[in-house]
Amino acid sequence: MSAVLTLDFTVNGKRRRVRVPPMKRLLDVLREDCGLTGTKEGCGEGECGACTVLMDGVPVNSCLVPAVQVAGVKIVTVEGLAKGPALSVLQRAFVELGGTQCGICTPGILVTAHALLRRAKGRVPGDGEVRVALAGNLCRCTGYQMIVNAVRAAARETRASARKRVARAAKPVARAKTRPVRAKAKPARPKAKIARTTAIPVKTQPKAVPGRKRARR
Amino acid sequence: MPLRSIWTTGARRRNLLRMTRTSTRRTRPKTTLRPEPAVGVSVPKRDGADKVTGRALYVDDLKLPGMLHGRTVRSTVARGIIRRIEFDPAFDWSGMVIADHRDIPGENCVAHILEDQPLLAVREIEHADQAILLLAHADPERAAAALGAVRVEVESLDAVLSIEDALAARVKIHGEDNVFKEYNIARGDLAAGFAAAAVVVEGVYRCGHQEQLYLENNGMIGERTAEGGIVVRGSMQCPYFVHHALQRAFGLPPEKVRVIQTVTGGGFGGKEDYPSVIAGHAALLAWKSGRPVKLVYDRLEDIASTTKRHPAVIRVRTGHQRDGTLVATDVDAVMDGGAYVTLSPVVLSRGALHAGGAYRCPNVRIRARAVATNTPPNGAFRGFGVPQTVYAMESHMDRVAAELGLDPLVLRRRNAVVLGDVTPTGQVLRESVSAVEVLDRTAERAGWAAKRGRYERENAAAERAERAGRFASGGRRLRRGIGLALGWHGAGFTGSGEVRLQSLAALELTPGGRPRVLAANTEIGQGAITVFTQMVAERLGVAPGFVLVETPDTDRVPDSGPTVASRTTMVVGGLLEQCARAMRERLELFAERALDGDADFRRVARRFLAERGPLRVERRYQKPPHIVWDEDTYKGDAYPCFSYGAVAVEIEADLDTGEVSVLRVTTAQDIGKAIHPLLCAGQIEGGTLQGLGWALLEEVRWKDGRVWNHQLTNYIIPTAVDAPPFDVVIVENPYSGGPFGAKGVGELPMDVPAGAVVAAVAHATGARLDEIPITPERLLRALDGRKEGR
Repeated sequence: MSAVLTLDFTVNGKRRRVRVPPMKRLLDVLREDCGLTGTKEGCGEGECGACTVLMDGVPVNSCLVPAVQVAGVKIVTVEGLAKGPALSVLQRAFVELGGTQCGICTPGILVTAHALLRRAKGRVPGDGEVRVALAGNLCRCTGYQMIVNAVRAAARETRASARKRVARAAKPVARAKTRPVRAKAKPARPKAKIARTTAIPVKTQPKAVPGRKRARR
Repeated sequence: MPLRSIWTTGARRRNLLRMTRTSTRRTRPKTTLRPEPAVGVSVPKRDGADKVTGRALYVDDLKLPGMLHGRTVRSTVARGIIRRIEFDPAFDWSGMVIADHRDIPGENCVAHILEDQPLLAVREIEHADQAILLLAHADPERAAAALGAVRVEVESLDAVLSIEDALAARVKIHGEDNVFKEYNIARGDLAAGFAAAAVVVEGVYRCGHQEQLYLENNGMIGERTAEGGIVVRGSMQCPYFVHHALQRAFGLPPEKVRVIQTVTGGGFGGKEDYPSVIAGHAALLAWKSGRPVKLVYDRLEDIASTTKRHPAVIRVRTGHQRDGTLVATDVDAVMDGGAYVTLSPVVLSRGALHAGGAYRCPNVRIRARAVATNTPPNGAFRGFGVPQTVYAMESHMDRVAAELGLDPLVLRRRNAVVLGDVTPTGQVLRESVSAVEVLDRTAERAGWAAKRGRYERENAAAERAERAGRFASGGRRLRRGIGLALGWHGAGFTGSGEVRLQSLAALELTPGGRPRVLAANTEIGQGAITVFTQMVAERLGVAPGFVLVETPDTDRVPDSGPTVASRTTMVVGGLLEQCARAMRERLELFAERALDGDADFRRVARRFLAERGPLRVERRYQKPPHIVWDEDTYKGDAYPCFSYGAVAVEIEADLDTGEVSVLRVTTAQDIGKAIHPLLCAGQIEGGTLQGLGWALLEEVRWKDGRVWNHQLTNYIIPTAVDAPPFDVVIVENPYSGGPFGAKGVGELPMDVPAGAVVAAVAHATGARLDEIPITPERLLRALDGRKEGR
């Protein structure tokens, strides 16, 4: 029998310790040892991208990564894209804009797109840029156009909600005349409804202040 | 006629892209006597949330207690006789379950149309990668390692590996002529037609295998129940096909066999018949071991051994008047069926019925044959024989246009079928005929005339400049072109197929007072269950999200037929729509008033359940009386109606590397009614890209009867960068027999693009290729030939 390795790493923000052979594929470690079956195998040779996960923020094909390489790293899988039960903006865009059909490539594509949007830092990536970023993720159902649309729509929406947040954070000052005491004491809750569910960190996002109702809507 | 463009009308596009608010759990207004329409609206896909969060469980995600992992020992030769099977004594065989044909409790066959395909080889090997025996072990790695410890000694025999070999019949592997099936369709007087023609044009068109390449590989889990039955769950399109096959293989009555669909990662026809094989294998290992057995293929095994699109050689000869009018059409199509009959006769039949194209022609002869070869059986793949024959006809029409000096659009418009025209089987096209309209819409949208002129001028200018030694930046010699094609696709089973199927669908009330759809049709990504809930919701006056859908499970759902043939929305959706109307009538009669939305429905339904007991409404397929089909003579209404599509493809070809990239695709498709416009556009875009892949990239290469490129590394499908932008126009010309006017949409998009690609390449480069895929090698050879020809 081959040697067994004790491995400590982080998956979706949770610390994990697993005992696995050093050359076991990260894909299998996630699916079998961590019970996270959201990451899929499409080809097992790094061509289709269905098994894409983030390794310290970088998308990798988890079927090509041996367990020994993940000691101490932070892994994010599709299960870690949404914070809490609600869908992230990107996930919701995929559901509403036809970005997912059979769904087997979807986890990998979401992870790759998530990394792209994080790199874009609030900018809406162009059609060609999204296509190049997704070139390592095969999809047989959609023809890709709706996937590209969904990624760009999510970027737009994230940017729009980030702008709203900035605007709202500035509002208490403007409103000071009409509601001087409360507005000054408690700045508006910075996140819009959608933003609360987003998993895409936005630079301009101010810290949340608990205890105040949503400013509007 | 109502027209709908999905992506390109500004307002609609903006609306779609702006995204609606999270609506999966949206509550509807309290009182809505006129509820929001459910049909024609792009509601969130029912299975979407599970698929974007990783919650959706596919077969490989399931783990049952005590489960073993199965593997298949396969033949490495194409044809031969098994002489000996040896198990390496040095290997640790403890805990290994081994099953061969002798363990099959029932008949050793994969029951379908004929019963010629064995579940496991007995003595004869008929194709490479044929299953010989099965292994299972609790440790998947041990099971995999055991494959190398089994030695199968096979005495090789001469094999038939191509259509040409099969027709030559020097080696006979099926009957005297290696022909599985032949169809002949005739109308009018062919000889008189050709005699009257001013121009006769002939061409031979070839196309190769195509792998469905669903991203989820095939897989099944088999279990033996305590009561002596079997349960199989896995990735599939047609639970009752598997159910039927298992009954025969295990000699069990229907009630002892249970088949359950798991979330299925794409099918495209590839999970129509082959799952019966894997289900039989997994169940056999479970039967022998008494433990659940998971048998999931990896990509290599899936490509090497499962079904593919039939390769074809198609000779087309047509006679025309000077103005292009078709007066005679003679088609001879030969398809490679592979080693066993499986679905080949039906694929061939559909291919033959569409082989004349969507054109009016008084004198037609269509001969179609499927031949036997020692290659893995070919099977269903989106289009089901039609992409092959329509590709041939459309390539041919482009050639005719060139010979007659006509604009390909003008030639097609002149001959395209219109209301009242008659097909080669004598079917009168009574309603919903849109061939001319889809051509016009596509040409208009694509800017056909302007682009043709522009590309021709630019190509000529580039050639002049290059002759003068002036090259474009990068030194690349690029040419652009635009090509057009027209296709049609009959929705539903061919001829009396639907009558034989006798599909039964049902709608029931759950104890909680919600409607639940009971159908064996599977969600494989296309959105079947979303569309079902929409159609039922529309008739019940409730929100689509209020309607539940039962998992396809042969213990729980009636046999509403397979999820194939572009029939799910039109045929099964139609049955469900009738069920919903009947259910509403029952409940309204009971309540003595009209139902009003979800909450009211639930109130009335609960009262009904309390006072009258359970409510289940069933509807069985009834043939519309005006549809008449004669199976023996192949005369009559082959299909209740046809969907029509036209595609314009713009390409750029590199004259030095032979690479072709697709710049843009414009397509108008008449599908009767878009129940869910976004999903319909998804079918059209995805199907079109598969067609482009088939025309340009996807080539299954063979070595001694085995697939040589059984990997995604070298079997190339289009990526996001290869895929062009799609401009999709959905034309809604309703069919009176379909629910809300809907016809089929699943397959049509795959039928049309290849012919347009060939035409676009010819337009760009002057090289007319008669074989697809147009790989760089083929294009360069053709370009060399063109130069020599000058």
